[in-house]
Amino acid sequence: MTEYLLIIVSAVFVNNVVFARFLGICPYLGVSKKLDTALGMGFAVTFVMTISTAITYVLYYGILVPYKIEFMQTVMYILVIASLVQLVEIVLKKVSKSLYSALGIYLPLITTNCAILGVALLAIQEKYSLLLSVLFAFFSAVGFILAIVIFAGIRERLEDADIPKPFKNVPIGLISAAILSLAFMGFSGLVK
Amino acid sequence: MKESLNILTRGLVQENPVTKMLLGLCPVLAVTTSAVNGLGMGLATTFVLLGSNMVISLTSKLIPDTVRIPSFVLIIATFVTIVDMLIKAFSPELNQSLGIFIPLIVVNCIILGRAEAFASRSGLWYSMLDAIGMGAGFTLSLLLLSSIREILGAGTIFNIPLVGEDASTILVFALPPGAFASLGAIIALMNALEKKKGAAA
Repeated sequence: MTEYLLIIVSAVFVNNVVFARFLGICPYLGVSKKLDTALGMGFAVTFVMTISTAITYVLYYGILVPYKIEFMQTVMYILVIASLVQLVEIVLKKVSKSLYSALGIYLPLITTNCAILGVALLAIQEKYSLLLSVLFAFFSAVGFILAIVIFAGIRERLEDADIPKPFKNVPIGLISAAILSLAFMGFSGLVK
Repeated sequence: MKESLNILTRGLVQENPVTKMLLGLCPVLAVTTSAVNGLGMGLATTFVLLGSNMVISLTSKLIPDTVRIPSFVLIIATFVTIVDMLIKAFSPELNQSLGIFIPLIVVNCIILGRAEAFASRSGLWYSMLDAIGMGAGFTLSLLLLSSIREILGAGTIFNIPLVGEDASTILVFALPPGAFASLGAIIALMNALEKKKGAAA
């Protein structure tokens, strides 16, 4: 039980995907201008990240390891993620119109979100079991939502702030991210 | 000739992939804890960029438009696997410190971006120049950021100590917050310089 709890705390706070692992910086800086788009992107990432980690895990231990072709990992993972994103898009379109209109525009962007591939690779590297991997993926995504939502809130306020001209937009975003990540470092004592 | 030179040099400053176009920021922030890592990542990415730009430029007429992106991704993934194996074989240390960011070169937007925007509609020669120019710009930014972080955070450069052993360094520059703050400052500096140049011209 403690093992699960540790992974949850570690994935959300201590080793936050954005602030500690530097994964998914592009959507973090790109889509976090408004709170609702940030949430939409966050949910789309959660969905794809959890499913893709589970599938790649099974394929890795079911196909790549028995046939000793682990070097095909990168090629296979990116193919799985790209086709999964397409599949999720098609299924969502058929099953739930409202969910599709909420997440639809974010799905194509996810293929090149390095957090998805990164978390799938990390789950293998850390030698987690299947259940732990799925848990790790889901709560990493929760960490991503946390980061992107906090940042969207800050950015909405930055719009009215008087910022020196060269620092407008991205530079001040990065500086704010630095301060946020400093705050997140305060969690680092919680889990080894 | 002038055209070639322009393609080769525009990636360095004018259209620098990191400071101007803000592409591929994840590896930029993550691996720049030391100058050696920054240089290694830059060179690995340049190699993949060169390989994929060449193959895509040669084969783009054979690939149907509808499966263009998946094909590009596969070509890129092939070169990334090659780089991964080379680094593992020749420099286990670099492999250790770059970690999952080597396979993650696949999703570096610079590479797919150049494939889609340039290599798929240009000849072999120009595509090669473009890859070298953009790769050099990427490597340059990585080297700049990692040097700043290594000097301030550890007091060394390429592992050569610059200050005495008991000197206190600003450790935070070696940690994640330092990465965000240094990159923010570099981009702001570029903006300010460009504005000055624009005003002078």
